[in-house]
Amino acid sequence: MRRALQAITSNLAASTGQLYRRRLPSVPRTDTLPERLLIHRYFFFSAERSPPITISTINPKVLSCDSAVHGEIVTRAKRLQQILLTKPSDLPFSEVIFCNVDDPQSLGQQPITFFREVLALCDHPELLDKGEVHGLFSLDSITRAKSIMKSIPGRTVGGYSDSKGIRSLRAAIAEGIGIRDGFSGNMEDIFLTDGASSGVHMMMRLMITSDRDGILCPIPHDPLYSASIALQGGALVPYYLNESTGWSLDVNELRLRLEAAFAAGIHVRALVVSNPGNPTGQVLADQNQREIIEFCRDEHLLLLADEVYQENIYTNKKYFTSFRKIARSMGYGEDDFNLVSFHSVSKGYYGECGMRGGYMEVTGLDSRVKQQLYKMASVNLCSNVTGQILMSLVMNPPRVGDGSYAHFTEERDNILSSLDQGSKMCVDAFKKMKGVTCNEVEGGLYLFPSIKLPNAALTAARSNGMEADTFYCRKLLDTTGIVTLPGSGFGQVPGTWHFRMTILPSQQKMAEILSRIADFHMKFMNEYRN
Amino acid sequence: MAPTKVLDPENINENIKNLVYAVRGELYIRASELQKEGKKIIFTNVGNPHALGQKPLTFPRQVMALCQAPFLIDDPNVDLLFPADAIARAKLYLSYTSGGLGAYSDSRGLPGIRQEVCDFLLQRDGYPSDPDLIFLTDGASKGVMQLLNIIVRDKKDGILCPIPQYPLYSATIELVGGTLVPYYLNEENNWGLDIKDLRQQVAAARNKGINVRALVFINPGNPTGQCLSESNLRDLIEFCHNENILMLADEVYQQNIYQDERPFLSAKKVLMDLGLPYSKEVELVSFHTVSKGYWGECGQRGGYFELTNIHPKAVDELYKVASISLSPNVPGQIFVGLMVNPPKPNDISYPRYLQESKSILESLRRRAHIMTDGFNSCRNITCNFTEGAMYSFPKVKLPPAAVAAAKAAGKAPDVFYCIKLLEATGISTVPGSGFGQKEGTFHLRTTILPSEEDMPEVMQMFKKFNDEFMSAYEGPSEPFSR
Repeated sequence: MRRALQAITSNLAASTGQLYRRRLPSVPRTDTLPERLLIHRYFFFSAERSPPITISTINPKVLSCDSAVHGEIVTRAKRLQQILLTKPSDLPFSEVIFCNVDDPQSLGQQPITFFREVLALCDHPELLDKGEVHGLFSLDSITRAKSIMKSIPGRTVGGYSDSKGIRSLRAAIAEGIGIRDGFSGNMEDIFLTDGASSGVHMMMRLMITSDRDGILCPIPHDPLYSASIALQGGALVPYYLNESTGWSLDVNELRLRLEAAFAAGIHVRALVVSNPGNPTGQVLADQNQREIIEFCRDEHLLLLADEVYQENIYTNKKYFTSFRKIARSMGYGEDDFNLVSFHSVSKGYYGECGMRGGYMEVTGLDSRVKQQLYKMASVNLCSNVTGQILMSLVMNPPRVGDGSYAHFTEERDNILSSLDQGSKMCVDAFKKMKGVTCNEVEGGLYLFPSIKLPNAALTAARSNGMEADTFYCRKLLDTTGIVTLPGSGFGQVPGTWHFRMTILPSQQKMAEILSRIADFHMKFMNEYRN
Repeated sequence: MAPTKVLDPENINENIKNLVYAVRGELYIRASELQKEGKKIIFTNVGNPHALGQKPLTFPRQVMALCQAPFLIDDPNVDLLFPADAIARAKLYLSYTSGGLGAYSDSRGLPGIRQEVCDFLLQRDGYPSDPDLIFLTDGASKGVMQLLNIIVRDKKDGILCPIPQYPLYSATIELVGGTLVPYYLNEENNWGLDIKDLRQQVAAARNKGINVRALVFINPGNPTGQCLSESNLRDLIEFCHNENILMLADEVYQQNIYQDERPFLSAKKVLMDLGLPYSKEVELVSFHTVSKGYWGECGQRGGYFELTNIHPKAVDELYKVASISLSPNVPGQIFVGLMVNPPKPNDISYPRYLQESKSILESLRRRAHIMTDGFNSCRNITCNFTEGAMYSFPKVKLPPAAVAAAKAAGKAPDVFYCIKLLEATGISTVPGSGFGQKEGTFHLRTTILPSEEDMPEVMQMFKKFNDEFMSAYEGPSEPFSR
């Protein structure tokens, strides 16, 4: 991806088809002479032994995709973790701290009690018939579990559900969407998926028919998108967020990139917008969202709205508004605007990454296309039922008057305020570091500071065969045990360097992490000063 | 500007349009419509035991509840509701995670669970496994999709599939843009494997320029239920070795065995038993799940695959693709662990676990017989015994008038029959055309899952319908069923 992005950005004016199409690694075809001979030999001699599934004979689209999350830094981090277990004295730190992925519960965040009570009761409904349950579970969690179990066909979480997800749960989610937006949701628009990622894969699979189908993606963006597009053999069409103005999204930039793609023979099908942004943390203003919607309508694009961080907002200057709500407020009804909105149980204040719960809300699509989507979903039968239930709880949490409401809000508010403080702590700390700039984290779970790396560092990186920010992150890891991801995995303006870190560790831990990073940074900049 | 659809049927992925997944296709959609209208439907279209009243095993659900709500473990009253071994197991599984069920795991799944799978495989087969070659997945289906996605490059890549097959394979091959190369199971010989046919199909495919990359076999079979013998498996392995073909062993029904002549033998065991050169050269991927067996935990989406003799770089690529989706769902992973490492004879929960699992299996065996006998008692129906898995796949002889009526209605004859069956009785089956069948034959697939109490009535309703259908299209004669 890095190579592809740099090729695109360095030569935008000379748009040719080659820029957007991933150059796929060459693989031997079976009509090459050696392989024809192999088949020929089989019939007359015993064939050469060669495994059919080698690196050169697997699907080239698989080879072409990157996974920053599973890249060299993480691999090394895991190795260092092993060393800590066997020879801890070999390393200058006593703990590897994974700040690379927003996995709240692995960094100590506790799950929301009410949600887990309901899930436990649904998993083992025998409990609901026992008197002792009232001593262990809150009354309203028992009521909610009973009501959910009654509404599931077969009254079991162990059965395959409808391929879109259990009706009653989709109804609850649609209702939650209605309460959130002031415009009622439709349960037939909801597809419950194993995490939002599954939904993204399905949409890419649906839309991409050839390497001439392009998807506009923000730079920087979550590597899920580049990987998913590459897996389907499509073309990623990048558009740049503006770092100097708080990672803002300029519709003129969208227009420019779209025109260049068109000139290169790429048919752009959709626009991906992440709100709040990942890894950039910006929250879009309503006016900006209106411009984006008009742009999509004018240019005949499907809007893919990644809204999984909608409950992670840390600024009181802006608030989250769903694209759906904006579109409806503009007077665009169900049929007037093509939109797929993604949500998940992995983020927010609930942080239930391991449950793999999520949904995509599909509005404005042709009903025959929705049928095809449904058919594709049905091949996998259904998403995991626990994740479905959890998603419905997230969209329909305890309300005023419910027994668990007080405890629920206390837990929620503690987590959100801790995240808020963490985000500010991080930004303040990074702003103090020489050569580092960091935008305010308005939302999301990451920050994406930029570092002006000195030339000596760039040279050292090159001689080590790495990108400069990978070199920085590697050194950071080796010195402090802190795992971050280099900006080159997310895309960035060429010549700039960033790294991504989560804001998740607890305040206490965070103070320690930031102090070690500051220390390392000072030494690094000193060592490589010009 | 008039609103227009960005995506229309003309500009979306052709492969999606072409694929058919009959298990949730036309019949199921019609059944769901009728259900909404208030008709009582008996869904026998998919192997979904809990939805038809099978109870979950108690121990895993106790462990799961404790893992979901770890605060219970610390509560002084916990032993009023949970046995000590469930509490201990929940603590153990939570210790495997980096933060409970809500934290992402390794993209291949929690190492502790993968080790449990290895221990199980060693015990089952007598051969060690490498936990890094075990991938836990959101159900076995996702694992199958990952493998097919990595193997198939284009339409020239062929995947051998048994006919009849479970349409996950045909649908996924279509989705990833490959070619299905059929090999026919022999219905007259109890759905037996025919190596000669296999050889012919491969040769024919190659003549058409198809690279035959992999062979799928389902043991016990779906929808056919046959259990492969050791010599069947050896023949398959030797064949794949000679032809340089990767083996995809769908073994999800390994716990569902209803005869004693051919107990389950894993492809891995037979492969290792064969020794060199096979044991080091034949590429094999074996799939398992928590959805079937006597577990039937379909909704959890838990499964795994084991890689044998796969090129290490290809393994890396599989890991990379798995990592894009971050991790399989953790509760499903824990169900896999519980399945491969159930209560042992000295555990508190063992007697209950044994009683529950035995009673399910014995009941399934009885239902396999009831259903097979029921179908065979109809003059126009022959049905091989369900030796394993969860299905019955009877062959229905349809009179020419029925075939003509079907054609007039624009439907395949077995689809026509199944729709009529559904409308008359509420029994929702899947027509044989959804699985593949020999030209000119008609089948339907039903599950053996309706409860034992309901079975006689279900068979009665079916026979009554069959009599009426045959009378209508063949003319009055002796009743078709006895």
